[in-house]
Amino acid sequence: MIFKDFDPLKGKMLQILDQNGKLVQPKLEPTIDKDILLKMYHTMVLGRVSDDKAIQYQRQGRMLTYAPNHGQEAAQVGSIAAMKDDDWLVLAFRELNAMLYKGVTLEQSYLYWYGNEMGSKYDEGVRVLPINVPIGSQINHAAGLAYAAKLQKKDEAAIVYIGDGGTSHGEFHEGVNFSGLFDLPVVIVIQNNQYAISTPRRKATKAKTLAQKAIAYGIPGIQVDGNDPLAMYLATSVARERAGKGEGPTLIEAVTYRMGPHTTSDNPKLYRSDEEVEEWKLKDPLIRFKAYLIEKGYLTEEEDEQLYKDAKENVKQTFQKVETSGDVPLEDIFRYTYDEMTPNLNEQLDEYKAYLEKAGA
Amino acid sequence: MATKTLLEAVNEALDQSMEQDQSVVVYGEDVGFEGGVFRTTAGLQEKYGEGRVFDSPIAEAAIVGSAVGMAINGLKPVVEMQFSGFSLPAYNQIVTHVARFRNRSRGKYHLPLVIRMPYGGGVKALEHHSESLETLYAHIPGLKLVIPSTPYDAKGLLISAIKDPDPVIFMEPKRIYRAFKQEVPEEMYEVPIGKARIVKPGKDLTIIAWGALVREVEKAMKNTPDIDAEIIDLRTISPIDMDTIVESVKKTGRVLIVHEAYKTFGPGAELVSIVNEKAFVYLEAPPKRLAGFDVTIPLPRGEQYFIISPEQIAFEAKQLMAFKA
Repeated sequence: MIFKDFDPLKGKMLQILDQNGKLVQPKLEPTIDKDILLKMYHTMVLGRVSDDKAIQYQRQGRMLTYAPNHGQEAAQVGSIAAMKDDDWLVLAFRELNAMLYKGVTLEQSYLYWYGNEMGSKYDEGVRVLPINVPIGSQINHAAGLAYAAKLQKKDEAAIVYIGDGGTSHGEFHEGVNFSGLFDLPVVIVIQNNQYAISTPRRKATKAKTLAQKAIAYGIPGIQVDGNDPLAMYLATSVARERAGKGEGPTLIEAVTYRMGPHTTSDNPKLYRSDEEVEEWKLKDPLIRFKAYLIEKGYLTEEEDEQLYKDAKENVKQTFQKVETSGDVPLEDIFRYTYDEMTPNLNEQLDEYKAYLEKAGA
Repeated sequence: MATKTLLEAVNEALDQSMEQDQSVVVYGEDVGFEGGVFRTTAGLQEKYGEGRVFDSPIAEAAIVGSAVGMAINGLKPVVEMQFSGFSLPAYNQIVTHVARFRNRSRGKYHLPLVIRMPYGGGVKALEHHSESLETLYAHIPGLKLVIPSTPYDAKGLLISAIKDPDPVIFMEPKRIYRAFKQEVPEEMYEVPIGKARIVKPGKDLTIIAWGALVREVEKAMKNTPDIDAEIIDLRTISPIDMDTIVESVKKTGRVLIVHEAYKTFGPGAELVSIVNEKAFVYLEAPPKRLAGFDVTIPLPRGEQYFIISPEQIAFEAKQLMAFKA
């Protein structure tokens, strides 16, 4: 039903909460338990604070390259919250909030961006694939996870995130087509944050929306206000339900905005106007979600202040821990290439160790 | 014991692996209903159903990319690239993901999957159907590259590849798919990955080859009885069996490497380096590579120049024996 009512070809976009936190589609307000709503909000606050701090740390020369999420919290949390515990999360690289919600720890995330592969060794049972840097290549991974679930008759689905830039990639086509062809339980979320590094969305495709690309694959597609956690939740719930019933994948285009740079190594002032950024500031997902929770009586200003305070303390302590964690042991860079180290690897490691010993290094 | 072709041995390895292990799935272009363009997967869909044996769209990246997800979620995918020359759309998946998942996740995830691909020239084919791209795969950490040269090894190596906890690229020499038959045991057996095979022991000269060229070397040396060559079938290109090579060259002092892959930066260069690093003082002649020219493999009207003949192999073997410092 929502796919008909919010047809991307008719220029419709699903929004439930407007930018001030007012319910503009009260009939569509999803029923979400209070503790889930609060978990969503807590995750977004922690995501926001740790994200902003990561940029600061990088500017201080304490952190390496970092890809910030500021502004995209609802697109991630609204969608991941509608998935089930046994579902798989498949990432691009700008999904910190979805990761935190799904059980990746802040320490692991920081450790990864700090340059340590151990940051991608998530805890047992955390069904999250590591950060995926090659653009567009992750949809096929989700398709495979979902194919395995379906064949083994497990009630699981996979949610996969991709950016607007990723939809230009040939593998986007292969992945969505494969998922659609076999009716796989996959939810595809495009975080359309308007820019592929510096290239605006309108310069990447002639298509009016990214959601409409679903039509070519015979699956539903919907454009959603990505800064509205309720709209993202609703669209994803419907998609998850379809997945569970064997009806196949759904394409959700979350219309959002990357408030920060692509990564700490680029300067967005070169390719977009301050006015545009100011306009999007008003659409901040945390502002409207907070207003909604206060209206519901689930949150007070004082509690909110405390949340930020706690998050800041948590971030500070976590980063300190990461910052003092040191380098990886030499053996580690060899050990995980194969199940058992090959003769070549053993020889290379031994030779290097012998050099260190002889050189007194 | 029944005699089988290499192609039938591949089919039997797939069949028995699927029978034994419910998690094995087989898919690729035309592998399901038709049973593969070469018929390596014939009869499997009928026996194991469309869930476990299926036709994929013509999308190599999707074939390999989905295998990554399946391997993580409890399956053992054995996928087919219809020809190695068409594996390149999947190269991104193979290099950036298949080879790296174990290391990237520090062992949380690993990928027990096999990517089969017919390879090599000499079958008078169209463009992109004759490539020998060993180098592209052997160069990548995290991958294993296995190439059988006989029906017996094809079955045993493929069964080992399917059981291996790491991703294996399995190149099948299509020129000898049906070239000859060999006794192949009915039961399942494994031929270890990472171990070369001494085809024929000898004392004068070491000749290293793999895939279809092993047979060409055998033919060449059968017609050259005055040279007692030790013929080694490498069988696994990566990880390479250094010990067998080094032991042999220490004994013979001479080495000829024969492969169809392009010469420059090819597997032969690695083999020569191993010999130089580990058996240098035993050498009585400079190591010699007889390999594919650094040209696009020609279409059938020019392919005869490119394909390495037994006569050429015998000629180079004699040259090596005649070398005087």
